[in-house]
Amino acid sequence: MSKLIMETKDFSFTYAGVDTPSLKKINLPIKESKITALIGPSGCGKSTLLRAMNRIHDLYPNNKYEGEINLYSANGKENILNIKKENDFIKLRQRVGMIFQKPTPFPMSIFDNVAYGLKLAGVKDKTEIQERVENALKSSAIWNETKDRLHTSALGMSGGQQQRLCIARAVALKPEIMLFDEPTSALDPISTSAIEELISELKEEVSVVIVTHNMQQASRLSDYTAFMYLGDLIEYDKTDIMFMNPKEKLTEDYITGRFG
Amino acid sequence: MNRLLLNKIILMLSTLSAIIGISFLFWILATLTYKGVSSIHLSTFSQDLVNGGIRNLLVGQFTMAIIASLIAVPLGMFAGIWLREYSNGSKLASIIRNLSDVMMSAPSIVIGVFVYALFVAPFGGYNGFAGIIALAIMMIPIIISTTDNMLALVPKELREAGVALGGSKHKIILQIVIKSAKVGITTGVLLSFARIIGETAPLLFTSANSQFFTMDLTEQFPSLTVSIYNLATYPDEASRELAWSASFILTAIVLIINLTGRYMTRNKK
Amino acid sequence: MGGRLFKNFSFFSATLSFFILIGIFSILFTYAQDSIHHFGFDFLGGEIWEADEDDEDIGIFGGFIPIVGTMLSTTIAMIIATPLAMGIAIFLTEIAHKTLIKPVSIAIELLAAIPSIIYGMWGLFYFAPIIQSTFGGQGVGLLTAGIVLAIMIIPFMAAITRDSMNTVPDVLKESAYAMGATKFEVIKDVVMPYSKGGIIGSIILALGRALGETMAVAFLIGSVMQIPSKITDPTTSIPVLLANNFSEAQGLEMSSMYYLALILFIVSFIIISVAKFYFLGKKVK
Repeated sequence: MSKLIMETKDFSFTYAGVDTPSLKKINLPIKESKITALIGPSGCGKSTLLRAMNRIHDLYPNNKYEGEINLYSANGKENILNIKKENDFIKLRQRVGMIFQKPTPFPMSIFDNVAYGLKLAGVKDKTEIQERVENALKSSAIWNETKDRLHTSALGMSGGQQQRLCIARAVALKPEIMLFDEPTSALDPISTSAIEELISELKEEVSVVIVTHNMQQASRLSDYTAFMYLGDLIEYDKTDIMFMNPKEKLTEDYITGRFG
Repeated sequence: MNRLLLNKIILMLSTLSAIIGISFLFWILATLTYKGVSSIHLSTFSQDLVNGGIRNLLVGQFTMAIIASLIAVPLGMFAGIWLREYSNGSKLASIIRNLSDVMMSAPSIVIGVFVYALFVAPFGGYNGFAGIIALAIMMIPIIISTTDNMLALVPKELREAGVALGGSKHKIILQIVIKSAKVGITTGVLLSFARIIGETAPLLFTSANSQFFTMDLTEQFPSLTVSIYNLATYPDEASRELAWSASFILTAIVLIINLTGRYMTRNKK
Repeated sequence: MGGRLFKNFSFFSATLSFFILIGIFSILFTYAQDSIHHFGFDFLGGEIWEADEDDEDIGIFGGFIPIVGTMLSTTIAMIIATPLAMGIAIFLTEIAHKTLIKPVSIAIELLAAIPSIIYGMWGLFYFAPIIQSTFGGQGVGLLTAGIVLAIMIIPFMAAITRDSMNTVPDVLKESAYAMGATKFEVIKDVVMPYSKGGIIGSIILALGRALGETMAVAFLIGSVMQIPSKITDPTTSIPVLLANNFSEAQGLEMSSMYYLALILFIVSFIIISVAKFYFLGKKVK
């Protein structure tokens, strides 16, 4: 059995100003060096769950958490819901990276974009930065396209390139987990397959959690899949098993396209 | 039939309104150019008011406007940053936002009278500092509004991406968000600079005017706009001519800065 | 850390507007005390404004004439400006060909950018004589001031009205056209009601601005302390009185000027705030 790198235990989440929770007692394991996909119809809570894993909800006040989200490392188990101090938040996000649906290149050069996280983390040595930027761009399969224009604006790239840039930016920090929130839904088919390939390769170095509304993408890419519906985790299993032989009727209905 | 006629009439009247509006613009600009250009000589720029030129007035007006900007822009931007990035849409933020907007339309002469009480009367006389403060008070609400609105246009995903990389809030605001809104904010600064450099009322009882070239802000300070106000009322021809030269140059400056500011956003949008 | 300092300084800057506003009210009120004590509410109806030559602490001052002058000049300006501004907004949103919209918009914005004192210069030397030959009088007076004031606030009103009208969704207009409505009817029955809040807000806001307009009016209204008997008569307004006489005023006269400034400020504040209330529903947070 593969090791756990993260898990949620009876995790519930309620948005600010709302009475009913958007997530109800979720128990989800995330396996190390594997790709876990979160699928489900709109509004099922998959993005909400993903965004709890790097506590990005905390940008907005008055949300309510219950239960635990545990991060496993050499030092043991840490419940990231206990984090309160800004420094600890920063450390968390350096370990758990996130890629958004819309590519978000910063208004600076390609090089500076990728180096940004490193500079934030306090890396000062210029050679080290240079090396890590190059490696990150290589890992994101975008080195060849950018090596001759590293100091031009990132805003001049195509959507697919920008998204790969964002991945390079996150990878440069050498995170343990990377969270992808529908990373290809805003992209064309060619960019989509390039990024899917990239994510597949990434799992050697990083554990991946990916939210997708595209079931084919989930079955292509992931090792494990979690199906969610209206804030509940309905079923979790190895991807092959879930897609061939789902245990819950709801899962089967969704996978066969009866709704969603 | 009646409907169609009514329609035609209204549309014609509307077009006529636009024509009237534009005509006035051209009329005013034509007048200024005609009267202004004919009275400009080299001496207009090389001499100070005491000798029939406007050199000290130009320097004085710019000096006050620039220093006022140096005060108003940082304060206004930080206030706009608080409103958009830190306040989380609180009630207090709404109140401050609305108050700031109200200040934008407040009568400028009242601001002059206010600054007089605080910075002229207790200090024994008109001085350049008071003029600068009056201009800054007028400029701050405009900068606040511009910054607030430009920051609102930056998509929230950009901030989230910064946070997701482990950035602290103020670093993200400075290095990513403000940078994204850079063009819009710069335009706002330029437009508000153009506005305050043309102001007269706030200066009347604060920095007043001076005929001489001086950079001493503790005394009355030369102002292009206040001079126009004074010169226009003098009976002699030379003063009137100077008033026109000054008016032409002032308008040219204001319109050029204005057009530059708009040109900047024209390409970016 | 730097973050805390940054946040606190931002908050401090934000509250600055608030404190300046409070400051203005306080100063105006304090310096007006003398005059308020002396005249109370009778100040509003008093027509005499006479300083005592020897004693700066006595004299008779009443704000009736400048108050009336302010109201009349502003009213004239609004009557002229509102239809023209609406017309321009309609032209820009519904009539103008695509290529015309940009240049006309820029022209209107340039009109707005022209400093008040320039309107005064042009008005005094070029517009006033025309009014004089057409309507009689001395050229400078209530009518001239009102018309030039109108020209000054038209661009502002037109711009805000235009922005408001542009928020109407195309589908709404299209469904009206599809029923055979004329352009005017679509404007009257769909666009205007939809953007009603913004339009009324722009009118009230322009009114607030016009009240405080100083330099152009100072050149054109005549600066005479009398109630105008005909529309071409010279008179004065609160900003004009302040602009012309504040520097020489002392003692009770100066206090009376602060009283006038206080009245002007309160009235402007109320009117502009009301306009903001109308806007509040449409304003993007």
